[in-house]
Amino acid sequence: MSAVVTIVDPEAKRRSRALGMTFIAMGLIIYVFFVRSSSPGQLATFGLNPGRQTAATPIPNVTLPVLASLYAMALVAVALGVVQLVRGFGRAQDLVLGLVAGLLVLGFLTWAARDQSLNLIGILETAVQRATPIALAALSGILCERSGIVNIAIEGMMLTAAMVSALVGSLAGSMWVGLLAAVLSSGALGALLAVLSIRYKVNQIISGTAINILATGGTSFISAKFLTQYQHLNNPGKFSNWPVPVLSRIPILGPVFFENNLIVYLLFGLLIVLHVMLYHTRWGLRTRAVGEHPRAADTLGIDVFRMRYINVLLGGMVAGLGGVFLVLGSVPRFDELMTSGKGFIGLAAMIFGKWDPFGAFGASLIFGFTDTFQAKMQILRVPIPSQFMRMAPYLITMIVLAGVVGRAEAPAAEGQVYEKQ
Amino acid sequence: MSRSPHNRDERLQALLMPLLAIVTALILGGLLIIVSDLQVIAAFTRIPRQVAVPFTNPETEISLEEALWRHPNEVVIGDAVEVKGKQLRVVGDVRDATTQIGLDEARALYPELGPGVTIHFTFFQKPAVGLRAAWRAVRVAYVALFEGSIGNPRQMAQALAAWLRGDPSLLNRAFYPLSESLVTSTPYILTGLAVALGFRAGMFNIGAEGQYFVGGLTSVFVGYSLKGLPLWVHLPLTLLAGIVGGGLWGSIPGWLKAKTGGHEVINTIMMNYIAFALSDWLLNGPMMRPGGFRPISPEIEVSARLPRFFGGDIRFHAGFFLALVMALLVYWLLFKTTIGFELRTVGANPSAARYAGISLTRSMVLAMFLSGGLAGLAGANDITGLIYYMPNAFSAGYGFDSIALALLGRSHPLGVVLAALLFGTLRAGATRMQSVAQIPIDIISILQAMIIIFIAAPEIIRAIYRIKQRRAQEQPPEADIVEGVQA
Repeated sequence: MSAVVTIVDPEAKRRSRALGMTFIAMGLIIYVFFVRSSSPGQLATFGLNPGRQTAATPIPNVTLPVLASLYAMALVAVALGVVQLVRGFGRAQDLVLGLVAGLLVLGFLTWAARDQSLNLIGILETAVQRATPIALAALSGILCERSGIVNIAIEGMMLTAAMVSALVGSLAGSMWVGLLAAVLSSGALGALLAVLSIRYKVNQIISGTAINILATGGTSFISAKFLTQYQHLNNPGKFSNWPVPVLSRIPILGPVFFENNLIVYLLFGLLIVLHVMLYHTRWGLRTRAVGEHPRAADTLGIDVFRMRYINVLLGGMVAGLGGVFLVLGSVPRFDELMTSGKGFIGLAAMIFGKWDPFGAFGASLIFGFTDTFQAKMQILRVPIPSQFMRMAPYLITMIVLAGVVGRAEAPAAEGQVYEKQ
Repeated sequence: MSRSPHNRDERLQALLMPLLAIVTALILGGLLIIVSDLQVIAAFTRIPRQVAVPFTNPETEISLEEALWRHPNEVVIGDAVEVKGKQLRVVGDVRDATTQIGLDEARALYPELGPGVTIHFTFFQKPAVGLRAAWRAVRVAYVALFEGSIGNPRQMAQALAAWLRGDPSLLNRAFYPLSESLVTSTPYILTGLAVALGFRAGMFNIGAEGQYFVGGLTSVFVGYSLKGLPLWVHLPLTLLAGIVGGGLWGSIPGWLKAKTGGHEVINTIMMNYIAFALSDWLLNGPMMRPGGFRPISPEIEVSARLPRFFGGDIRFHAGFFLALVMALLVYWLLFKTTIGFELRTVGANPSAARYAGISLTRSMVLAMFLSGGLAGLAGANDITGLIYYMPNAFSAGYGFDSIALALLGRSHPLGVVLAALLFGTLRAGATRMQSVAQIPIDIISILQAMIIIFIAAPEIIRAIYRIKQRRAQEQPPEADIVEGVQA
């Protein structure tokens, strides 16, 4: 048998075409917005060394001719789009999408930094810092949703953990105790979510909302009653940066990824662990089975409720780490509502990353980057209101969710109450 | 076999459950007030500390003010003290020397808190002190809550009596709390209706906050940019702008759900943040008040303001009646019209609705437009009735509170109005509770969260009060809402 049977899925074909158009559109954006407002002879300088004492090996800065680089980027994007339209990249198309998005960002940076210099490493370092709580929230969402429980209470869990880490850390005089207590507290909220959603069969959005309100009210209550009045209750100390021995010497990657504090490394560890657990262990298979088709999983003897309880509990604890990072990992104090929607951005990153740990981490990095960059825009005198940059993550998520560019498939049984028969 | 006693029983339970949920939440809130009260904590823990003025070492010393404030034996206004066998009440300024005593004098009579005294706080030496402190914490808090939300009954009676005698000067002060409660309830009614309408149509509108913002933006724009119009043209236009703005903002997630299946919960949350950023940009740019540096919009014209009925600082305005009318309209639309029937059918069972020939797209977009429109009207109402301009910090957490309202009101307009009155009253009263009893206003959020949990999981309440469920086959009414949403 030599005939190759190709099954053409009209949906896939439509999406492949849409993707090709998107690449071309991105190329045109580079041309229309950036090329046309640059003039020949402009140079953009990117600093590639952190502006502080580091272990990293210093390397020279990069200077790009703005106009030529922008033309090249626009052409590459359009060319990739044409190739996608004509014959398609097949399975590599998501990777190409990432590449073109990267080109767009680079083009934007080159344009923004014309006639100026921009410390790229500084931006990337901050981006990783800002991405960390988002990524932890996203991992929490993945843990819960892969087992079929929607967790919109991540925001509340982070907020609670942040408050507990500040209060207990200060009371006990130990950041480690604070970390432990914080993770336990958000785990308790996870348990509450699980009990309400599984045992009492409450709609998961409603139980999540209740937990969010409870956490917002509870943390603000304690903050207003105790923390603002007694400053020594809100001074837990901070995990200091710890450069990884050899890796931190690598230029660019070293200072960005391997000169961080404990919680960032915990995130990296969790990423790998979760990836391996989810796709290569029995627990992961069961989790995914419970999230996709609980009835079938139950028939095979998997305890659906137990899997969900475990996952949501773990999810709560991971979300708590994100909250701890905001206090013990950056500003070592708790402020009311300090999460400011990071839990929800985490959910967005989870969707953008298609419920996959590394995908979600990539999405978090992009969101962290836009967040960092919108703060830099005024300094660079970019004629775009920074608020639009702030909207970008949410808009991207809505576009991804709508399936225009690459479809985001949620676990099939997500949000549904499972009744044992 | 007559079904009526069974039905009556069920109806009784439908009334009883929310009531028990509220009472249980208030009891738990009371416990929270007790355990977080510094005087109670002081009475129950042993922290020997020296009173010093000025204090230098926070580990071993506390200031006189703090000691006075913390100590259960502290003398404050309102206390009864014993002077030469007479029970006197401590007041700020003494009017009646036979029953009252000044605060300074009372403190002088009980000088045990002077500098240099060591305070031991132990519960087991004096359990009565701790219990009294606990009782006082709850009593002071809830009395303040009541007086801040309804008013002081004696003051109100006196004011009414004076008014009947022809002296209306006391009315304003006595009825100010009640007016504030109704004012606070108004946006709650509207946003609660918004979420309830969405629930009925199977849409989970978690974005009332963003729609409220956008409604505020559009209405404030119409309110300040159109000039020279008469009130009866300008005011309806301004309110309509709020409805349209919020409605369009809300219908985007509805359309996305119908066309692409993108879940409206995520999309409405995303649109909330987009709305905040949009408003931040508008108020810092195109809509910024000329000549100002703060991110606020210009004031709206006088012709775009909702009328107030009483002078002075009574902020009660026509928006309250507008909200009630909207509740009636929503009731009529949902239960008396074909459109409402279609919306409810889509909410209850989308596939059945589709087989019956109802357009899902039209219903979803319409439901979200109406829902968003109500939330937008809430924003317009606050603009035209209360603040007259758009500040950057316009939000007050209506997005999540309104879900609680819809749940508590069982997604029925009348229920939502009652729930909104309760929440508005609680919130207005909490302001006074914060100033009188030093209890942060956030306790209301905690109460609200508990009410949601108890309403959504009635088994918890049944377990606490040992209420038996009649028949297991009959699902509680929330199940309808929830099923609609999940489908």
